[in-house]
Amino acid sequence: MDALEIARWQFGITTVYHFMMVPLTIGLGLVVAVIQTLWYRTGKVEYLRMTKFWGKLFLINFIMGVATGIVQEFQFGMAWSEYSRFVGDVFGAPLALEALLAFFVESTFLGLWIFGWKQLKRGVHLACLWIAVIGSVFSAYFIIVANSWMQHPVGVTMVNGRPVMTDAWAVFTNNTAMVAVPHTLFGALAVAGAFLLGIAWYHLWRRRHDGIDTVGTDGRAVAGEADIPGRDKADYKVWITSLRIGAVVAMISFAGTAITGDMQGKLMFEQQPMKMAAAEAACHDGTGFSVLSIGNLGSKNCNDIVAVIEVPGILSFLAKGDFNTEVKGVNSLLDEYKAKYGTHLPNNPLYGDRAGQEIQYVPVMEVTYWGFRMMIGFGGIAALAALLALWVTRKGLVPQSRWIMRLAVFGILAPFGANAAGWIFTEMGRQPFVVAPNPDASGVDQVFMFTAAAVSPGVSAGELITSLVVLASIYAVLLVVEVRLLVKYARGGVVSAMPELAEARGSEKKEKKDDDGGTPGAPGQPGDSDDVLAFAY
Amino acid sequence: MELLPTVWFVAIAVLWTGYLFLEGFDLGVGMLMKLFARNNTDRRVLLNTVGPVWDGNEVWLLTAAGATFAAFPMWYASLFSALYLPLLIVLVALIFRAVAFEYRGKVDTARWRTVWDWAIALGSFTAAFGIGAALALTTTGLPIDSNGDRQGGPFAWFSGYALLGGFAVVAFALVHALAFLALKTDGDVRHRARRWFVRLAPLALLPLLAWMVALQLLSGKPLTWILVILGVLAGAAAWVLARKGAEGKAFGALGAFLVCATASIFCAAFPVVIPSTVNPAFNLTISNASSSAYTLGLMSIVAAVGLPLVIAYQAWTYWVFRRRVSAAHIPAAHGFLPAIAAKVLVGHAAPGGPAAKHAPQDAGE
Repeated sequence: MDALEIARWQFGITTVYHFMMVPLTIGLGLVVAVIQTLWYRTGKVEYLRMTKFWGKLFLINFIMGVATGIVQEFQFGMAWSEYSRFVGDVFGAPLALEALLAFFVESTFLGLWIFGWKQLKRGVHLACLWIAVIGSVFSAYFIIVANSWMQHPVGVTMVNGRPVMTDAWAVFTNNTAMVAVPHTLFGALAVAGAFLLGIAWYHLWRRRHDGIDTVGTDGRAVAGEADIPGRDKADYKVWITSLRIGAVVAMISFAGTAITGDMQGKLMFEQQPMKMAAAEAACHDGTGFSVLSIGNLGSKNCNDIVAVIEVPGILSFLAKGDFNTEVKGVNSLLDEYKAKYGTHLPNNPLYGDRAGQEIQYVPVMEVTYWGFRMMIGFGGIAALAALLALWVTRKGLVPQSRWIMRLAVFGILAPFGANAAGWIFTEMGRQPFVVAPNPDASGVDQVFMFTAAAVSPGVSAGELITSLVVLASIYAVLLVVEVRLLVKYARGGVVSAMPELAEARGSEKKEKKDDDGGTPGAPGQPGDSDDVLAFAY
Repeated sequence: MELLPTVWFVAIAVLWTGYLFLEGFDLGVGMLMKLFARNNTDRRVLLNTVGPVWDGNEVWLLTAAGATFAAFPMWYASLFSALYLPLLIVLVALIFRAVAFEYRGKVDTARWRTVWDWAIALGSFTAAFGIGAALALTTTGLPIDSNGDRQGGPFAWFSGYALLGGFAVVAFALVHALAFLALKTDGDVRHRARRWFVRLAPLALLPLLAWMVALQLLSGKPLTWILVILGVLAGAAAWVLARKGAEGKAFGALGAFLVCATASIFCAAFPVVIPSTVNPAFNLTISNASSSAYTLGLMSIVAAVGLPLVIAYQAWTYWVFRRRVSAAHIPAAHGFLPAIAAKVLVGHAAPGGPAAKHAPQDAGE
């Protein structure tokens, strides 16, 4: 493998890995903020418990997003210095603004939220979480503005061979970003929805399995109590409410991703026709949407691909909104791209060994074709499962089957898969360009960059392979650690995030023993010592 | 001299100063987890002094890097690619350190804590050293060619200045953290921190002073020498004040020392952002490395609003958590409480049934 291949693998691994943590952070953050608002408004104990429990899992995951995000920001300069030089004038700004306007807000106010449970007034404390969560939404906005400029460069003119920003408004309101941002946010909420659904299902199942909750004569759930810390009647409410919130969030977010995804698709047919043709493995011009195509998708040779099942008209509907317009296939696009951008890479020293090589304009079709379908498939499965879950649990009970419970828990992975597949599709589909050219009039002409020219010329393949191996190994180890902690705290239930529940219960019992039910309430007052920090590492 | 690139050179110097001042003490506290803390309670006192703020402090690094990318893309690209392996090590250190802060208390066993204590201590040391080395190299020179790319192999960047800068930031962070702990803790930790500071400061500030002087000899101006002298005075004042027990003032004086240090270094380097050790004609300067006036203008407006806001709400955070932390404040570590108790399972499920079979596994976690 040469330096370019290694650098691309590294970027892909780092980004997909980072984007396992990010959607859970954004989605779960929004959900926890809403739940804490409900607690603030109603004072109901189950909302407090939900805030603490889901907040705990949120934090275990949040820190991994922070840690891997630093790599994201550094690797442009480290591995892609030529790219950084080329796009710096326009691409650096959203990154800097992300740090200045979003990361500071996120990290500072989250610190206040974690440690400020007792230092801050309830309203201020809630506001801190909202500010932090809105900060994470802004960070998504800024990074997608940056990414959208790579998909659809706008607001620049070429000066001395480099794009120079002339219209910041155009860059920050790029129509590509305007649909990609809500698409990504809905994708993040889908992750949170399945996360709530799966874990809440487990606890409802566990309660039933342990004989705490029983079925009444009307077939509805009868919540019970057990001699286990945290397993009281309020605990039942925690899980059934979480399950329902999760299922509703999952369904709404799927509808959101579908609508914004459709808008994105239509833009993409204009802005990156080759990507969409490759997503369809559509070799010839036509109107049909492929349900199943076979043949050697990786051959980049369209003659090997046979569409087995095709629905006529659907492709045109996805692209243009009617059923008749012919959509250009790979073959005719290929000729257009060759005519516009040349057949071979320029003989420029920046291309290194790759100078003069033939350009492959067709992305790896196995990836685009299946990436596109996995994104939609996983997303759809998660939404259907959520709908089914709402129906099955309408009487407040989950089935006793261990296997259905396991399915609900593993269902948490589906939206993660959809998110990853979507990003892999859109980034791989942009190849061979790192900055895609604009075939339409909405963008700027002549602004594009081949990925082959973007890698750092001064960095050796040895350095890149070192970092790839080091980072990938660390990612693997930390993923295991994070998942184990998440599993442990998720299984632990509310009491794992609120140890005071067990303490309160313990002292209450003791008091009852001592003076027979006297002095209830205010059990186990922690005393003055908690005034410094509400929570301690 | 162009106005906007100069403004952004100053802005980036300010961001690095903010980073070294704020994360300086939490990096130092991280190292002291192994050097200074005597038991688990000490370590938890140390951790909780920086608990609410360390992540916000680290964003100064991200902002410094992001601002460099936006304002001086050539500087960002050349520096980060030339220092590929050292920055990889810094990244690894920062990853482990961040995760360790959050995960250390999540499992209540001595072995688990020891692993993450080492991650915090080594991660803090390595990050401080690497960032110090990178800053020293960008002010003293890298072997870059006319395109700004590193010539020579993966280690061609190495020079004695890398070691000097590394030790300078590590040693500064250590004493900065001691001054911070003296100010932020109470009881035994507070008094020991002050004693350690008085003993170590005269030695620990020397590497940073040496870097300051070295840069004056390389590219200093009369004005920047004044900053060096002011820095020495501030450092001496910090030591005297700490001896007298004026912890707040000592911490402030040490901050003034750092400001003088970065100011003298960046002013002496100005207007060069990376001197080329291959050929001075390849030097990257604020003129040939900067973004367009339009981009810099836009960034200036946003930063003029955003940065004071950041300083304001971060200052508020320190105000909210202004009280000293001491061993008495540290609650007992919570053993993990599973939501399934073994005895209850036995009570409710038939012996040998599925629940009983799973009970030991569930309860054992």
